[in-house]
Amino acid sequence: MRESMPATATVKAIAVHVNIRVNGKPYAREVEPRMLLVEFLREACDLTGTHVGCDTTYCGACTVLMNGLAVKSCTMFAVQADGSEITTVEGLEKDGKLHPIQQAFGDSYGLQCGYCTPGLMLSAHQLLSENPEPSEREIRKAIAGNTCRCTGYVNVFKAIELAGRNMKGA
Amino acid sequence: MLGQLGEGAKFLAGGQSLIPLLKLRFANPEHLVDLNFVPSTSFIREDSGALNSGVLRFGAMTRHAEIEHSALAKKIPVLHDCAAGIADVQVRNRGTIGGSLAEADPSGDWANALITLETTVHCLGPDCARAIPLKDFIKDAYTTALAHDELVTEVEVKIPPKGSGGAYLAFKRSAPVYPSASAAVQLTMAGDVCQDAAIALGCVGLTTIRATEAETALRGKNLNDKTIAIAAEAARAAADPQADMRGSADYKRQLVVALVMRAIQIAARRARGEQVEGAHLYA
Repeated sequence: MRESMPATATVKAIAVHVNIRVNGKPYAREVEPRMLLVEFLREACDLTGTHVGCDTTYCGACTVLMNGLAVKSCTMFAVQADGSEITTVEGLEKDGKLHPIQQAFGDSYGLQCGYCTPGLMLSAHQLLSENPEPSEREIRKAIAGNTCRCTGYVNVFKAIELAGRNMKGA
Repeated sequence: MLGQLGEGAKFLAGGQSLIPLLKLRFANPEHLVDLNFVPSTSFIREDSGALNSGVLRFGAMTRHAEIEHSALAKKIPVLHDCAAGIADVQVRNRGTIGGSLAEADPSGDWANALITLETTVHCLGPDCARAIPLKDFIKDAYTTALAHDELVTEVEVKIPPKGSGGAYLAFKRSAPVYPSASAAVQLTMAGDVCQDAAIALGCVGLTTIRATEAETALRGKNLNDKTIAIAAEAARAAADPQADMRGSADYKRQLVVALVMRAIQIAARRARGEQVEGAHLYA
């Protein structure tokens, strides 16, 4: 190891107790303070639906809801979510039935490889909970922090419009 | 508390800049003191008093999204423009106005928008509280007047008088990235005559740049295509950009001209009481 490298390996690991509700279920865990929320979800809770894309606060693949608001779970520490309610893509489905947003992404072909889709759906979730009839401009603004390299976004817009209509009718 | 932890400790606000810097090992603090659990640090309120001499106060931990959706903050359009355009929804849900000022990133949005207004940064250290005018608070790139163990508690903004209008425009390659260039303009108009002007440029220098020559070019003048063009040219001369992955220095100067012209036009219309939507521009 070069001398200039940070000596993270020699730092004694400190464990902090956290209580985080994920998709309505409490998760009590001992975590290192530096553990990211996305690592907590994937590694400590075994909820691998939340993806790590860029790990640089750009792509939004790791988007989850914290107390109803979309956040990038790669840009928060797990200890910062202590006491909060997190929703991941695994929490959208209810009683074996897809959430209207999930259904609409399928029906409108709003995904191809699917890597960015969990993040996109949770950004859409915050949008539709605040504004059930968004214009295309409002949809664009709401998902501007989610990068998709397959779809070209057109079908994603259609999916979110469709989900809004279906959720209103529900 | 930061004093007790020593020089290796740092405050963590919204974390939307600091956490990426930690991952890149550009910042390497031994301790982080998370401000997110400190109560009563997130608020937006208007001081009562004489009707037009009010001020808006923003708690340091007020998220960009809270300012974006605040009816009070909409009273000062340049602030709404700024808050609504920072990065993306996710970052705006976490990032804070106090954190942005304390970081003093040359490409950050807040300092540039706030410098066109009468803005005071309230700071608190172990021994005393200080109120520092924003222009004295920002010292250099990533450098503020804050002592190591001092933090921002509140941002105080004087509400501009009637007949004053502002706009903030930033040009970005995509939502999550820093702008390539940005312009903030606040004009006080009497009919078509510009009584006062504040013009600031972002991302084209080590700190936000006040384009004083551009301001002089407008003050006391009739606002028309010719005077606006003269002001925008003066802003081009004031800009001192570096070539980087966002574009060449000349490209950024050209962006400054276009952004300043457009921001002046929006600010003037708002000064007349028109509702004009201003928004960040994407490539």
